[in-house]
Amino acid sequence: MADLTTNIAGVTMKNPVMTASGTFGYGLEYADFVNLEDIGGIIVKGTTLTPREGNDYPRMAETPSGMLNCVGLQNKGVDYFCKHIYPEIKDIKTNFIVNVSGSAPEDYAECAARIDELDGIPAIELNISCPNVKQGGMAFGVTPEGAATVVKAVRAAYHKPLIVKLSPNVTSITDIALAVQDAGADAVSLINTLFGMAIDIEKRKPLLSIATGGLSGACVKPVALRCVWQVAKAVSVPVIGIGGIMNAEDAIEFLLAGASAIEIGAANFIDPQTTVKVANGINEWLDKHGCRSVTEIVGQLEA
Amino acid sequence: MKKYVKDLTVAAVEFPHELYVLLKLTDFEPLPETKAGQFVEVRVDGSPKTFLRRPISINYVDREKNQLWLLIKKVGEGTHRLAELKVGDKVNLVFPLGNGFSPVQRQGEKVLLVGGGVGVAPLLDYGKYLRDNGAQPVFLLGARSKNDLLELDLFGQIAPVYVTTEDGSEGEKGFVTQHTLLNKEKFDRISVCGPKPMMVSVARYAKATDTPCEVSLENMMACGLGACLCCVEKTVKGNVCVCKEGPIFDINDLTWEI
Repeated sequence: MADLTTNIAGVTMKNPVMTASGTFGYGLEYADFVNLEDIGGIIVKGTTLTPREGNDYPRMAETPSGMLNCVGLQNKGVDYFCKHIYPEIKDIKTNFIVNVSGSAPEDYAECAARIDELDGIPAIELNISCPNVKQGGMAFGVTPEGAATVVKAVRAAYHKPLIVKLSPNVTSITDIALAVQDAGADAVSLINTLFGMAIDIEKRKPLLSIATGGLSGACVKPVALRCVWQVAKAVSVPVIGIGGIMNAEDAIEFLLAGASAIEIGAANFIDPQTTVKVANGINEWLDKHGCRSVTEIVGQLEA
Repeated sequence: MKKYVKDLTVAAVEFPHELYVLLKLTDFEPLPETKAGQFVEVRVDGSPKTFLRRPISINYVDREKNQLWLLIKKVGEGTHRLAELKVGDKVNLVFPLGNGFSPVQRQGEKVLLVGGGVGVAPLLDYGKYLRDNGAQPVFLLGARSKNDLLELDLFGQIAPVYVTTEDGSEGEKGFVTQHTLLNKEKFDRISVCGPKPMMVSVARYAKATDTPCEVSLENMMACGLGACLCCVEKTVKGNVCVCKEGPIFDINDLTWEI
């Protein structure tokens, strides 16, 4: 049994497996399938200062080895989270991390400040990379300046570890990563979804209500892996790898590329037990390869 | 109700007509508790075109034989692949999902169950539940033509069946809402599953006659668990997940123009 303990900017996790925001609800939705305490960290649904209804249906289209979504950050707002969700999850022994989104730097900061008061939430993940909202979201995440502005505003209001989730829909993801690191991020997570679309050729219409959406699933893994590899070489903060991880082998690729931890996203829809299976699979792989700790393989790609 | 992810075994594969397949699945242990109107998410492996699971409503649960039935219309890649399953094959299911149809409201209540096309599927299980629990179900089943009418004999064993076909090849010609039964009898409530235009017209009839009515929606979905928020329906309470808060909705909670 290898030691899977992982530390991300001071947050200790029993293993490097986390869940990607928006794919695991508040964790409770999956409690019939896995013991939530066996998961290193659970990143809950994107939360905003005020409630959001999200985009119109249809919000999803299946694509080869993946899916597009344009949910648009539907959530009941941070106060609802604090009052109704937090009491239900706070005693579950894993790291619940809130994904925070907004449409202006002040919104992000205010939302983060309210979560700062919750003792049971050890960190937040800042979403500056959602492709499905008109204002904010990815708009901030596509320039180093925009990204830094939001991170600085949140950094001033939030005192616990700050993870910043990056968009792949940029010319140089490394430049953005360095900018958020300089602005005070304690870790970066990447990638958010790839900006895409799909068309119904009979109706000559887009399959999604707002035409475009974010691509996720097995098909994005090569892009995600490349981004993680580039960013991990450039930054000094920990990197969390996300994108098309379906099994333990995929996760190990990300760890070798330089990710200290990984997030499981769309795979939760295909097998609700993916998280725990990946954690067990990483352990088996480490044992088989004579590694005593998962940290031994982080960034050990020979290239 | 506890949800499971399980490999079930194909006990029988039947083809009511060439466009449809009826899978009868079983397990080595008793199948979990389910409610009529709930659905399963079936995994379809082996093709990049079937990345996500397929939501399929529960057609019937035979407790004596420990079988769960899925009545499937072959539409796309996923459903065609499900139709290729053979006896003894394993199928991975996440189930039971969703809220299910309403329980019996009072003994002797007359409940009209309206189904269209493959949408008749969950009404078999619901009809049996209603009959076994002291209600009086009546089936009104519609289809394009005779070949699209499914499981008529099984429906007939549970309760009276009235039929419409668009081409008149069986039963009354026309749509379900044109059936003469609706002019002759009054029902305590209505449950509907079928294509949306059909459900909308039944909902209009229900509203006009002041009859409580629930419909079963089939919005495209991914997780089936209320996590991804892809399958939302606009309701008087805002956008809600069809997979979790539904698939059965009271028509008064929807924003349909009826």
